[in-house]
Amino acid sequence: MPRTLIDALLAAVLTAVLLIPIFGLRIQVDGVNVALDRTPTPVVIAVVAVFLLRLFKRPLQRLWASWKVPGSWRANSATAALRQTAQHPRARQALWLLLLAVAVIWPFTVSRGAVDVMTLALIYVMLGLGLNIVVGFAGLLVLGYAAFYAVGAYAYAYLAQQFGLSFWLCLPIAGGLAALTGFLLGLPVLRLRGDYLAIVTLGFGEITRLLLNNLNFLTGGPDGIGGIPRPSLFGLEFGRRAKDGGATFHEFFGLDYSGDHAVIFMYLLGLALVLATLFVIDRLLRMPLGRAWEALREDEIACRSLGLNPTVIKLSALTLSAAFAGFAGAFFAARQGHINPESFTFIESAMVLAIVVLGGMGSQLGVVLAAIAITVLPELAREFNEYRMLAFGLVMVLMMMWRPQGLIPASRPPLTLPERAEAAR
Amino acid sequence: MSGFSFLEFVQQIINGLTLGSIYALIAIGYTMVYGIIGMINFAHGEIYMIGAYVGLMAITGLSLFGVDSIAAILLVTLAISILVTGSYGWTVERLAYRPLRNSPRLVPLISAIGVSIFLQNYVQIGQGARDVSMQPVLTGGWRFGPADGFQVYLSYMQVLIAVVTVAFMAGLTLFISRSRLGRACRACSQDRTMANLLGIDTDRVIALTFVLGAALAAVAGVLVGMYYGLVNPFIGFIAGLKAFTAAVLGGIGSIPGAMLGGVVLGLAESFASAYLQTEYKDVVAFALLILVLLMRPTGLLGRPDVEKV
Repeated sequence: MPRTLIDALLAAVLTAVLLIPIFGLRIQVDGVNVALDRTPTPVVIAVVAVFLLRLFKRPLQRLWASWKVPGSWRANSATAALRQTAQHPRARQALWLLLLAVAVIWPFTVSRGAVDVMTLALIYVMLGLGLNIVVGFAGLLVLGYAAFYAVGAYAYAYLAQQFGLSFWLCLPIAGGLAALTGFLLGLPVLRLRGDYLAIVTLGFGEITRLLLNNLNFLTGGPDGIGGIPRPSLFGLEFGRRAKDGGATFHEFFGLDYSGDHAVIFMYLLGLALVLATLFVIDRLLRMPLGRAWEALREDEIACRSLGLNPTVIKLSALTLSAAFAGFAGAFFAARQGHINPESFTFIESAMVLAIVVLGGMGSQLGVVLAAIAITVLPELAREFNEYRMLAFGLVMVLMMMWRPQGLIPASRPPLTLPERAEAAR
Repeated sequence: MSGFSFLEFVQQIINGLTLGSIYALIAIGYTMVYGIIGMINFAHGEIYMIGAYVGLMAITGLSLFGVDSIAAILLVTLAISILVTGSYGWTVERLAYRPLRNSPRLVPLISAIGVSIFLQNYVQIGQGARDVSMQPVLTGGWRFGPADGFQVYLSYMQVLIAVVTVAFMAGLTLFISRSRLGRACRACSQDRTMANLLGIDTDRVIALTFVLGAALAAVAGVLVGMYYGLVNPFIGFIAGLKAFTAAVLGGIGSIPGAMLGGVVLGLAESFASAYLQTEYKDVVAFALLILVLLMRPTGLLGRPDVEKV
């Protein structure tokens, strides 16, 4: 018993040391006078809580264990049957079609704000799916994904503003430029070991942000680029009046003008881009290239001895991934109508990474759901905005501990070595 | 600026060495952790930021008590700051990294990024997102050069930074090369499994490297706080990135390498902001990182990394 007591006391002291400077004291600057405000309440509560938890660790653990047994509803036959049906290809197809139908019809029934938020969510879905290629499939950590996103966004903004090119023409250019950036960055770096890539891409992301801020003639500096034209539907514009001789959407179809059209159009456009992304990646995964990505993630040395060139495979993953970020960037610029470097900070890269980690690395469905959850939840709980990034950080750590495979793990028919062979290794 | 002047050059060297000392102190934390468990401790920059906050608080607290001797302020502040960041280093390792010790490489790295984001926002909630500034504790300095031309300025604070840095580096070098625990550290970085078989408590050694790294980051944080008199929750991100660059530059895993890398990076940055544009000094630092990785991935003093099956 005294041992537990000492342990609990130490934990309490440690908590106090950790929390006092952050929450117990606060530097108050008032002109030249600096003072320290004391706010002991949160620290005292935390210290007492930690002390009691450590002191009664054993009984609490026993309680937890006894509570968990009846909670094993997972083995329920109904859920198992549901799972079985979900595995069936026909059922899967039907499920996807149903989801698609809901996604298409949904925007016509709700408010404009909700559709707008969902459009933003679609951008993150696209980014998440793109980053999933490198992080989830190829197992390479990229921390400067926002840089490729920025290349796409600025490419569209610049080309549309300076040369009046249409969105549809700029979309492939934006994707291509982002892909080129990824290729050029990856060419030298991918020869190195994995974690260097993380840091180099992080540095690259910062360089990109600094350049966007300082290359005023090209990017408009910190103010960014404004007045970016919205995309049109086969030449039909969504404004109240068409620019020089064009036709507007509502005139062409004989509808009354409504701002909703543009919002819903952007949503559907985003949905189409997401579906295209999903389709392309899904196909790629079945190709030798996609299988090579996953093989590389599992074991680089084995891969090399089978005659695959790791550098080429990694490079293809990074290039493709960057291309999707470029598409997402162009779409983002078109939706916002105004971009500046603030939209492409490290936080953005970290958020996309959080989406991939949360959804499950290598799991398409997981990433889609995680992207929607991460964009929509903060909108619903605006008062907790301050705690959003805090929660992201915490979730990333906790996920790595308890469920590194993500909420919806990637499903591949598993092929494991028999137990004895595993033991002999 | 009229052409090249020797005195300006000297001034840039002084500024560069000051900055370099700070980078070197932080870089040691990265390099030691990498040397032992092969992981990039992403949250290290945040530990440095916490060190700077605690430093400012301690200085403020001491001034409220009416302590005004520089030596006393420095010693007490360093002690408090090291205590707090050391606790953070230990806790982060214990809670966020130790449970992941034997997972694939990507897993602890993502966890570390999570810790970094968490700590940054946690301090932001506790202390507010705005800059916290304070009056400099140590002012004044020496001037050299002609009375009517460009004068080289060497402030007392810069000398103090150099002295404190050298003292801590020397202490660390002695500790690693002479003490029993230091020997255990070296053994672990060579072969962790073997060290464990020989009776070294590797978990304790790993915790120790985190605490040592955090302590040196606290020293850097306190010195930066005294030098610039400005702290906010976001200083850790860029500083951590730069320090990591310094560690890679010197050869990650090598302690003298981290010291050398820090100084080289500090000098490069100082010259970049003097002879190019100030806005581009960060670009120069990261470009240097990419160049080093291209030309010499093992860094200036690093050993080549052999890949084992």
